[in-house]
Amino acid sequence: MTAPRGWVRRPWRLAAEATALLVAAVVAFPLYWMLLGAVKPAGEIESTEPRPWTSSPSLDSFRRVFEQQAFGRYFVNSLVVALSVVAASALIAFLAATAVTRFRFRFRTTVLIMFLVAQMVPVEALTIPMFFLMRDFGLLNTLGSLILPHIAFSLPFAIWMLRGFVKAVPESLEEAAYLDGASRARFLWQILLPLVLPGLVATSVFSFISAWNDFLFAKSFIISDTSQSTLPMALLVFYKPDEPDWGGVMAASTVMTVPVLLFFVLVQRRLVSGLGGAVKD
Amino acid sequence: MTRKVPRQAAPAPPRPRLGPHARAGWTPWLYLAPALVVLGGLLVYPVYQLGLISFLEYTQAQVSGGEPTSFRGLANYTELFADDQFWQVLLATVGFAAACVVCTLAVGCALAVLLTRVRAVPRFALMLAALGAWATPAVTGSTVWLFLFDPDFGPVDRLLGLGDFSWTYGRYSAFFLVLLEVVWCSFPFVMVTVYAGIRAVPGEVLEAAALDGASQWRIWRSVLTPMLRPILVIVTVQSVIWDFKVFTQIYVMTGGGGIAGQNLVLNVYAYQKAFASSQYSLGSAIGVVTLLILLAVTLGYLRLLRRQGEEL
Repeated sequence: MTAPRGWVRRPWRLAAEATALLVAAVVAFPLYWMLLGAVKPAGEIESTEPRPWTSSPSLDSFRRVFEQQAFGRYFVNSLVVALSVVAASALIAFLAATAVTRFRFRFRTTVLIMFLVAQMVPVEALTIPMFFLMRDFGLLNTLGSLILPHIAFSLPFAIWMLRGFVKAVPESLEEAAYLDGASRARFLWQILLPLVLPGLVATSVFSFISAWNDFLFAKSFIISDTSQSTLPMALLVFYKPDEPDWGGVMAASTVMTVPVLLFFVLVQRRLVSGLGGAVKD
Repeated sequence: MTRKVPRQAAPAPPRPRLGPHARAGWTPWLYLAPALVVLGGLLVYPVYQLGLISFLEYTQAQVSGGEPTSFRGLANYTELFADDQFWQVLLATVGFAAACVVCTLAVGCALAVLLTRVRAVPRFALMLAALGAWATPAVTGSTVWLFLFDPDFGPVDRLLGLGDFSWTYGRYSAFFLVLLEVVWCSFPFVMVTVYAGIRAVPGEVLEAAALDGASQWRIWRSVLTPMLRPILVIVTVQSVIWDFKVFTQIYVMTGGGGIAGQNLVLNVYAYQKAFASSQYSLGSAIGVVTLLILLAVTLGYLRLLRRQGEEL
């Protein structure tokens, strides 16, 4: 930002860089400890002198996780829920964001404020009525009872965030498209959609995470059919407050965290610019 | 929407049928329809139901159909407000959320500033670590932090020489542990957003300020802070909302609300009332209280937006 004024500023920058690296190490440490705990042999985990390394890594904990529990199945369940939510909410949010940014119509501002208010609704408070709603639909104990609420809950934020991206596409482009004889549908799907794709990616991160991480609904709606469980509930099987199987918990946590980490790293550039776009607007 | 044009009126000037400024007609509503249907059915209707249940007598007997539901008026609320535990939980929720928001914002903003002061490698390292913390699911974050602070096998007690001190036993140490985890996984959002905001400030503005002889501190106070205000408002409001409704971390880390419910917050309290003791109407009443508090925050946010003259 400002040009360093000679070498007097150098020590300050070095101190800042050392601090940044130190903070990075502290922030990353829990994740390192999780991975380490997952590969430590049982004897080393249950040791009162924990060491920050291991001399004999083993995959025992992972084996236990996948054999004792149908962890593969829970993984697929979680993936189905998260991807369905991402696809449905991205599509619906794209249409809605287009409506509120590229058209002028009565109640437009009202609709926008409604989305903003909807975004603030604490979904956790809706668990009780949602439980009865899902029961009436006959969806309890099915993945549908996790997918439907999460589509609804990720929509307002997705619309709010996509708004900036749709707005950023110049109107002249739209005029040119129509002058060239494109229909509204063609403009929407073949011109606008590819242009706001980065925004859709940034938005999907949030929908994916909220669906993938969901614990409350999984706990409340998947009550008896464990074949429909998702990862958070399966993970807690290994965590018994009195004698937790830490190796199992850490291995299960690793299995649950790594996909999200990969997803995040893949889209991080778009995420940062996406947030910038959303907040600048 | 109304397209009533008097028959005798002079023909309107020719205008393209399509285009950004074309008469919208029903098209925007068509585009909005899926969103409105989903939100109406799965958000508005449940909110209405929540309010309704909070006025009814609704326990296991009514759920299974053994007894008819009966209207209780405000009886659930009077019962709730007469309960000392409710006020204690409310106070704990507000205090805990406030502490989380302050710590998250302080850490997030400080690190965002730090990011602008360092070269690419440390910046990348910090960014990557923060993204990792951000991406970690709440459940796994909670179990990992529990493991770190485990009295028998965790490294933290060893490192601090605390013997086998149990962090989850005492009320405040348990809240503190949860706070650490919450700050760990929510500061990255603040950091990344504020950093993006600082980077979006045009360099000329800062140069001009520096040329006019403004000190670094002065630039921060009089140039950057006002320009970042909208972003700071957004991250503050988001943090308030997220931290006020923390559920997973409290539930997992304190085993459903701590010893004798000492670590309950409103959401966990409502869950326990409804699903552990089948008092659905009391749980709903707690939900309504949470909803109203956050609605007040939202309305305050909207007023702020309007005062800033932002166009929606």
